[in-house]
Amino acid sequence: MTPLLTCKEFLQELSEFLDETTDADIRAKLEKHTTECPNCWVICDTTKKTIKVFKGMQACAIPEDVHARLMAAMEKKNAAKVKA
Amino acid sequence: MGLGIRLCRWRRLLTRIDNPNPINPDEHLLTCDMIDSLVELPAQGTQSGVFDETDLLAQARTGDTRAFSGLISHYEGKIFRLAQHITQNREDAEDVLQETFLKAYEHLDQFQGNSKFYTWIVRIAVNQALMKLRKRKTDRSVSLDEGIDTGEDIMIREIAAWDEDPEQRYSRAELNEILDSAVQSLAPTYRAVFVLRDVEELSTEETAEALELSIPAVKSRLLRARLQLRDKLTSFFKRKGDDAFAYM
Repeated sequence: MTPLLTCKEFLQELSEFLDETTDADIRAKLEKHTTECPNCWVICDTTKKTIKVFKGMQACAIPEDVHARLMAAMEKKNAAKVKA
Repeated sequence: MGLGIRLCRWRRLLTRIDNPNPINPDEHLLTCDMIDSLVELPAQGTQSGVFDETDLLAQARTGDTRAFSGLISHYEGKIFRLAQHITQNREDAEDVLQETFLKAYEHLDQFQGNSKFYTWIVRIAVNQALMKLRKRKTDRSVSLDEGIDTGEDIMIREIAAWDEDPEQRYSRAELNEILDSAVQSLAPTYRAVFVLRDVEELSTEETAEALELSIPAVKSRLLRARLQLRDKLTSFFKRKGDDAFAYM
């Protein structure tokens, strides 16, 4: 019979459990723990939602003035390189 | 969605603020037309709508500045966002952006091609961003090596269920403020790992490579960052009328 996980052991594996990178046997133990421990179920569910809400952020286009200053700096660097 | 949109709004507002290090317009060797033409460059590395940097990199290595500009156009938005997340400061983020691409251009011959170009420039950007933080904190240096975790300090302060889509309770602006403040509350060592893994969606291996950390260190810091953010967000997202379960 496989030993039960403690809540602390569950938390230590939580990230990999949510990323689905745990081995099948550990995953089964973790899933079983969430069905038996309401606190760990809540932590698991809310951590999953935390990751989801941040993944929903999208990169927006870089401001034109920032892009223009970057390209100007690059051109200046290149001109200095050519002179040298 | 989310923070990105708010950053856009900030950027629009901040464009009115004078650049503390203005570039002399007379020194600009690039005209607006040239800049516009460079903005179109990513198409050079695009086939069937998928960006392919191989050709651009090969051309850039031969000194083709237009090819390197194509790489800039493709990655500058991500690098700028990453720099803003780590430095939490727009001016520093712009400095980091410029320093990253100038260094990458200067040392392009040192890029071995064993990793993705993006991972390579992320490493440069993170180092530049941390240097900015170090300069700000004169009393204490900031290093990604500090605070090695022992696995004994996982903190759970509040346990309460959230709504199914808790973010819908807030306007976009409110939500962005909540998320931004939560990320800002993380220590730089955790913030960098979290942003690379869960915002930029790099793999554990790519994050380890970019930050020059071991894979166990990335995993450990990611777990702590996620749990700390969960704690922060619980006060905003917990289901109304659903008080905490018993403390573990």
